[in-house]
Amino acid sequence: MSAVIDSHGQAHDHHGGGYGGIMRWITTTNHKDIGTLYLWFSFIMFMTGGAMAMVIRAELFEPGLQFVNPDFFNQLTTMHGLIMVFGAIMPAFVGFANWQIPMMIGAPDMAFARMNNWSFWLLPFAASMLMLSFFMPGGAPGVGWTLYAPLTVQMGMGMDLTIFAIHLLGMSSIMGSINIITTILNMRAPGMTLMRMPLFCWTWLITAYMLLAAMPVFAGAVTMTLTDRHFGTSFFNAAGGGDPVLYQHIFWFFGHPEVYIIALPAFGVISQVIPAFSRKPLFGYASMVYATSAIAILSFMVWAHHMYTVGMPVTGQLFFMYATMLIAAPTGVKVFNWVATMWRGSLSFETPMLFACGFLFLFTLGGFTGLVLALVPVDIQLQDTYYVVAHFHYVMVAGALFSAFAGIYFWLPKWTGRMYDETLGKWHFWLSMIFFNMIFFVQHFLGLAGMPRRIPDYPLMFETWNKISSIGAFGFGLTQLLFLYIVLKAIRSGEKAPQRPWEGADSIDWTMIPTPAPYHTFETPPVIK
Amino acid sequence: MTAPGLLTALLYGCVLAAAVSSGNAEAAAPWNLQPAASRLAADIHDLHEWVMILVTVIFVGVFGFMFWAVYAHRKSVGHKAAHFHENTTVEIIWTVIPLIILVVIAWPVTKTVIAQKDTSNADITIKVTGYQWKWGYDYIKGEGEGISFISTLSTPRDQIEGRAPKGEHYLLEVDNELVVPIGKKVRVLTTAADVIHSWWVPVFGAKQDAIPGFIRDIWFKADKTGTFRSQCAELCGKDHGFMPVVVRVVSAEDYTKWVAEQKKLAAASADDPNKSYTLDELKARGEKVYAANCVACHQATGKGAPPAFPPLDGSKVVNGPKNDQIALELNGKPGTAMAAFDKQLNDVELAAVITFTRNAWGNKTGEAIQPSEVKALRK
Repeated sequence: MSAVIDSHGQAHDHHGGGYGGIMRWITTTNHKDIGTLYLWFSFIMFMTGGAMAMVIRAELFEPGLQFVNPDFFNQLTTMHGLIMVFGAIMPAFVGFANWQIPMMIGAPDMAFARMNNWSFWLLPFAASMLMLSFFMPGGAPGVGWTLYAPLTVQMGMGMDLTIFAIHLLGMSSIMGSINIITTILNMRAPGMTLMRMPLFCWTWLITAYMLLAAMPVFAGAVTMTLTDRHFGTSFFNAAGGGDPVLYQHIFWFFGHPEVYIIALPAFGVISQVIPAFSRKPLFGYASMVYATSAIAILSFMVWAHHMYTVGMPVTGQLFFMYATMLIAAPTGVKVFNWVATMWRGSLSFETPMLFACGFLFLFTLGGFTGLVLALVPVDIQLQDTYYVVAHFHYVMVAGALFSAFAGIYFWLPKWTGRMYDETLGKWHFWLSMIFFNMIFFVQHFLGLAGMPRRIPDYPLMFETWNKISSIGAFGFGLTQLLFLYIVLKAIRSGEKAPQRPWEGADSIDWTMIPTPAPYHTFETPPVIK
Repeated sequence: MTAPGLLTALLYGCVLAAAVSSGNAEAAAPWNLQPAASRLAADIHDLHEWVMILVTVIFVGVFGFMFWAVYAHRKSVGHKAAHFHENTTVEIIWTVIPLIILVVIAWPVTKTVIAQKDTSNADITIKVTGYQWKWGYDYIKGEGEGISFISTLSTPRDQIEGRAPKGEHYLLEVDNELVVPIGKKVRVLTTAADVIHSWWVPVFGAKQDAIPGFIRDIWFKADKTGTFRSQCAELCGKDHGFMPVVVRVVSAEDYTKWVAEQKKLAAASADDPNKSYTLDELKARGEKVYAANCVACHQATGKGAPPAFPPLDGSKVVNGPKNDQIALELNGKPGTAMAAFDKQLNDVELAAVITFTRNAWGNKTGEAIQPSEVKALRK
């Protein structure tokens, strides 16, 4: 974000015949510019998906149909999910990766700078296609973000646009991953061994491998949907020898690793923030690396726990239950390590640390409901209810989003050379924390009491919790406008940031690069002792 | 003992305390699982409570440490940072102990999973078919064999659209409830005609996806009489939120009586597909069929909700050759939400509803479609 203001001139200095204005952003191959683009794109998508959530919660404020018809309601839940996962959260962490990885390992830029530009610029086109689907005959697909067959076959052209958008998003992710893997493996400064990298780089390295393995599987699933829709194939149609459940197996083979594709970089951010504000090194660095790898591998072996109710053999249910429960062990190690990092530190609670603590507390809560859902008989009661909705929002919002906020507040001074308003930052945290729990904590109750998810109207007994949840949602939505204000204020008129605004932050991006980071860094590799 | 060592010891002390505390008795509450009406559901509730207590204690233990650090190890109170950053013993302990806890959880759960999957030796077998958006029930084995009906939401549109006050069982009421006897093992076979649905009765701990083209099974044995209500649990299109599951559990004698009534009713009301009906008879009957089966998409006004749900008023199909329309209603339109009604409606009902649409709103074909014409086009 800083680059707009601080480094315009430098851009010209360093790029003979470089472009200015809008063309600079379209043609840029600078990792910092591209990181900025990713982050702003992600924020726009976050607001778009958030607006959809507001309509959903308005409709669910009371029983009966008030604002939208059931068909449009389904379109909103579908698009809210797709936009938040693929448009908001994933690009946000790729943005962090672009900005931070080269600066953290002492590299001048990403390995494939031009491909990096293309990875980003596919996204606005993919997002536009997703949004355009609303204006197709039949509207956007109303099938849930999981796009289960054979409901997808009944949809209009919006479904095809969504499929192509997913192809583009997948291409972008795969290129981004190749870039990150190559950069980390080949462009570390002398002395920056793998086991000396900041943990954020480790989590991204592992995430990038997961993306490479998972995204093509998803592309395959939606392509099979496409040919079932138009070219007479029957992959998911029993009448032609296919099986609708096959879709779910393929989807979740991608879908479960996807959860960790989102969570691992979030763990990485938290592993930078907590030691910095504890003024104490990260506890158990090596075990963090091993736990992250263990989570990554296990996450490819648990996909069918999303499908306990499709009617699997008992041995299948038991295998997937045990494998899923096993993930609790490495995840537990991470949580214990973070708490042990704080233990006997010298703690201070600036906004990044507040979000990190909020993450730790609420993500663990989401982890525990995950353990509850891993148990087949309990899951059979709770599958496809609001309990599941509550569970994954604890992981996705209180987990990934809170850690993204922590990252933004943490690195904003490095990127822009300016401090955000600490008081407003604290307001942002506490309001987000309160409203988040208002929205989602009560949804556990709704799920337990038997409210199915993805319904536009509900029986009277669910009214109270839904009202509380909706009010929380409106509060949470408004609070994020405050976040936008805080960031803009920091960029325009924030106080000048010192070289190391956080005294406990000791990775080389803080210690060896001036603040704000110049347009080009580490043109000659530093030597790490 | 080092600080992390102490931390670990305390943490697992809490866990032990949890293991000896017992679960609470269940009660109907808007924040908990519905009171069980079967042994299996009761087992599930116990599992849930037990695991919840366990995780709550672990949660409080772990975050007790975090909040203690937040309280006592602040820079603002002058706390100086220690410099430890690893401790192999502690790290092994907090990897191994969670694994042991997981095994302790997995043991009772495994027993329940196996019990839940055992659908053998059922007293009654019922096939449940998911349609967009209603349930079909066929009693295929045991007492009541041969009974077959469709169960559709009976909440009036006026309540849903806010023109009338909502009733007690808003969205949880149907025209024909599934009736089963108490204490008998009921095996439920699920399948679907169009997309995936999920048949769910929480009080029995029974949920099973209904998958088009495949048959899956589950079982339940009710140990309480009463009417139990739930909803479809898998997104199945527009009216996913409007296809309740309602099961009435009755005593063995009442069940026998109910079966006898159903058989009598079926014999008396059997539509005669060979009879010839007048235009007015067909229109009157067709209006009812339309209200039960078509109105959700095509609307009472016949205007539909284009483009997904086309209007019937002025439609080329409805005002065109009658055989085309009959074939469409029988076989549905693949790739759209228009379902095949050949298994859901009989010849008389289909003839009536087709006649109705061809003579309602602005459509004035004046034709009466006879059941025999529908019968002739059935595949």
